[in-house]
Amino acid sequence: MSARILEKEQLSDNVFKLVLDTPKIAKKRKAGQFVVLRIHEEGERVPLTIADADAEKGTLTIIFQVVGKSTTHLSEMNVGDELLDLVGPLGKATHVDKLGTVACIGGGVGVAPVYPITEAMKHAGNHIISIIGARDKNLIIMEDEMKAVSDEIIVTTDDGSYGFHGFVSQALEEKYLLPGKKIDLVVAIGPVPMMRAVCDVTKKYNIPTVVSLNSIMVDATGMCGACRVSVGGKTKFVCVDGPEFDGHQVDFRELIDRQRIYLTEEKECMNHFCTCKQHGKGAL
Amino acid sequence: MEMKERLKIPRQPMPEQEAKVRARNFEEVPLGYTPETAKLEALRCIQCKTPACVEGCPVEIDIPGFIALVAEGDFIGAAKKIKETNALPAVCGRVCPQESQCEILCVRGKKAEPVAVGRLERFVADYERAQGAVSIPKIAASTGKKIAIVGSGPAGLAVAGDLIKLGHDVTIFEALHKTGGVLVYGIPEFRLPKSIVEAEVDYLKKMGVKVATSHVIGKIATVDELFEEGFDAIFLGTGAGAPSFMNIPGENLNGVYSANEYLTRSNLMKAYRFPEYDTPIVRGKNVAVVGGGNVAMDAARTAMRLGADNVYLVYRRSRQEMPARIEEVHHAEEEGIQLNLLTTPIKYIGDEKGWVKAMECLRMELGEPDASGRRRPVPVEGSEFIWDVDTVVVAIGSGANPLVQETTPGLATNKWNNIVADEETGQTSREGVFAGGDIVTGAATVILAMGAGRKAAKAMHEYVMSK
Ligand SMILES: Cc1cc2nc3c(=O)[nH]c(=O)nc-3n(C[C@H](O)[C@H](O)[C@H](O)COP(=O)(O)OP(=O)(O)OC[C@H]3O[C@@H](n4cnc5c(N)ncnc54)[C@H](O)[C@@H]3O)c2cc1C
Ligand SMILES: Cc1cc2nc3c(=O)[nH]c(=O)nc-3n(C[C@H](O)[C@H](O)[C@H](O)COP(=O)(O)OP(=O)(O)OC[C@H]3O[C@@H](n4cnc5c(N)ncnc54)[C@H](O)[C@@H]3O)c2cc1C
Ligand code: SF4
Ligand code: SF4
Ligand code: FES
Repeated sequence: MSARILEKEQLSDNVFKLVLDTPKIAKKRKAGQFVVLRIHEEGERVPLTIADADAEKGTLTIIFQVVGKSTTHLSEMNVGDELLDLVGPLGKATHVDKLGTVACIGGGVGVAPVYPITEAMKHAGNHIISIIGARDKNLIIMEDEMKAVSDEIIVTTDDGSYGFHGFVSQALEEKYLLPGKKIDLVVAIGPVPMMRAVCDVTKKYNIPTVVSLNSIMVDATGMCGACRVSVGGKTKFVCVDGPEFDGHQVDFRELIDRQRIYLTEEKECMNHFCTCKQHGKGAL
Repeated sequence: MEMKERLKIPRQPMPEQEAKVRARNFEEVPLGYTPETAKLEALRCIQCKTPACVEGCPVEIDIPGFIALVAEGDFIGAAKKIKETNALPAVCGRVCPQESQCEILCVRGKKAEPVAVGRLERFVADYERAQGAVSIPKIAASTGKKIAIVGSGPAGLAVAGDLIKLGHDVTIFEALHKTGGVLVYGIPEFRLPKSIVEAEVDYLKKMGVKVATSHVIGKIATVDELFEEGFDAIFLGTGAGAPSFMNIPGENLNGVYSANEYLTRSNLMKAYRFPEYDTPIVRGKNVAVVGGGNVAMDAARTAMRLGADNVYLVYRRSRQEMPARIEEVHHAEEEGIQLNLLTTPIKYIGDEKGWVKAMECLRMELGEPDASGRRRPVPVEGSEFIWDVDTVVVAIGSGANPLVQETTPGLATNKWNNIVADEETGQTSREGVFAGGDIVTGAATVILAMGAGRKAAKAMHEYVMSK
């Protein structure tokens, strides 16, 4: 399926939001699922979480951080442009249930994938505590959207430029767990070190914790095994068995290593892209 | 030409790219017959009245029929003749295991060498395409029946080709962004150029087949939802694409690939042309490929072409038991692939950054025959040894793609999660749902998948017309 860009917005220095015209996926998707897109014929298959969707309008929102060539290219596309192809919804949907109090934690661009889950958990009748964080004030995204679906919200910044001074995991422990407030489930999505830190804390207090993993993917249909992670000592494929797993069982060390497989090539690809741009060639 | 003279013609060799050169490029290895060599080879066929060769072909091509036309120089006529029963001759002529199918039964093989049926098939299909002479066959009047095909591998393509000719409205749903199944993501360019697969799919499109790529059935729509959308019958040809691992320590280290990932990166995503294409692949210097089938050969030969210094094929049985085609093992050895038989990995060893740096192996010896009739490899005690490698490709087989089975209530599967379907009709346990190819049989061959597709197409036609 191809998909046209209907809206584009820059949310922070390096985070962009696109609204896509894709009625079929918009109708089918559930919280926790993702899409894979390709921008042009030579491009990679890029997995991105569905941050929001409007079944009636037939639109789907993706929010992404510029980290390398594909996301740079995507950020340079404009309203009216078409993505070459878009496939979804992929992955298992979040298990949404009325549990009591659910803490939804998002770090950096991880707030985007945590938002639809927060909305669904709220909708199911849970009391929602949201904790969203970033390095500094300028990098906080979707604060208003998160507020709208939360009963309580804490914003954290690593440098203290806004809200709670510290990491989301510290806010969770200091504000809720140490004082002994009851939390039935924690959902944490963000950079791997952040998810690991949250899991280290919740393990101490024995609180079930769900994380959503962003391992490297190729097909995202269960055919290649690029996305494999160890969960409870067993190999799982993130694209079909996940992307959500019990955070206390995930081997984060392995995940961090595996995300770095192509560091050298990614740099080379980015350089190639910049050189091509300067010379006015390449697929732009 | 007199029969006596014809019997003296030797089997015409296939010209090939030289081993040293081709081991470093992705161009096709065999170069194909010329019209002259094709005619000579065709004259070797003695036009048997009851041709044994045809029985070896799962789609029963009229082999003497098309070969007679080649001998006369009517190459276009020969191509048409093949296409009566096989929609993908350019593909089958290249990748069929002819030596164990049509050619093994050829009577000429008893005293001399069999007629090179596959090479002739390839030649006429290539000739027709190069002449731009591919003509669109007659399509029957519209029946108003809607057919959905899930998966665009050889099984699905065969169903599409047959049912469109009968006047049905046919849509193929494919999960990936390109059509062809294993033909595009698995089998490398140097064995099957992707332009050929594209041409075959274009041919189907010209006949009116609709193709919806990037549609994962079970996600964007379930089988039941396809019926609700108005499809009258559904064919499942989703293949055996789920990679198996050995579950030994270190298998998730960086640099350890499944063959599917390795080949998909290189073929489908064109990583061999990185950074012109964006998808990267690790270009190892000392690569071990674990397995002994066609998939292992393809991975090993790809590793060589990506610039490896050493490529080791690690297989736990002996040469006799290797499931790969003899031709491919031969090609691989010519290209410098080193076979390490009667060896199995038991552990991968990583460095401090999580990259594989060595593998620990065991030597094996052959014991009693096992269920497959092959002698079972048994470990030689105390034979452990360590061997430095920087890339490993695990090619030990693959299982059923699961997404359709998970989301189709009432669809019977066996213990390997293959879909249960009637051998003659492809009928599954669900009314109106048919299946064929690797998803039913487990990993097999292109032509068997096509054969299953053709049988299912016939049954589907009868089913929708009687509804
Ligand atoms: C299920 C899932 C959901 C995701 N959701 C989001 C999201 O909502 N917003 C967002 O900003 N990012 C998301 N990501 C990450 C996003 O896919 C990567 O940032 C993107 O592919 C990077 O491409 P690049 O070419 O710009 O960067 P590159 O220079 O290619 O890579 C930079 C880093 O991105 C990661 N990466 C690279 N290629 C892939 C790949 N094929 N699959 C996954 N990760 C890769 C690696 O860790 C790599 O080191 C998600 C990933 C997954 C698997
Ligand atoms: C590397 C390799 C080399 C091989 N070499 C040879 C050879 O030399 N000769 C030979 O005869 N055979 C060979 N084979 C085997 C042969 O390719 C297969 O037997 C054949 O392709 C099976 O055809 P199929 O149509 O059943 O499935 P596939 O070719 O596997 O096609 C299935 C298709 O279905 C799609 N799909 C799966 N799930 C879904 C879903 N839920 N929704 C939509 N689409 C879906 C997949 O993406 C895929 O495109 C080889 C196989 C491999 C892997
Ligand atoms: S399709 Fe395969 S088995 Fe049949 S004649 Fe051609 S090469 Fe032989
Ligand atoms: S068996 Fe051999 S000689 Fe006889 S018809 Fe077939 S190809 Fe020709
Ligand atoms: S991305 Fe290929 S199996 Fe998950």
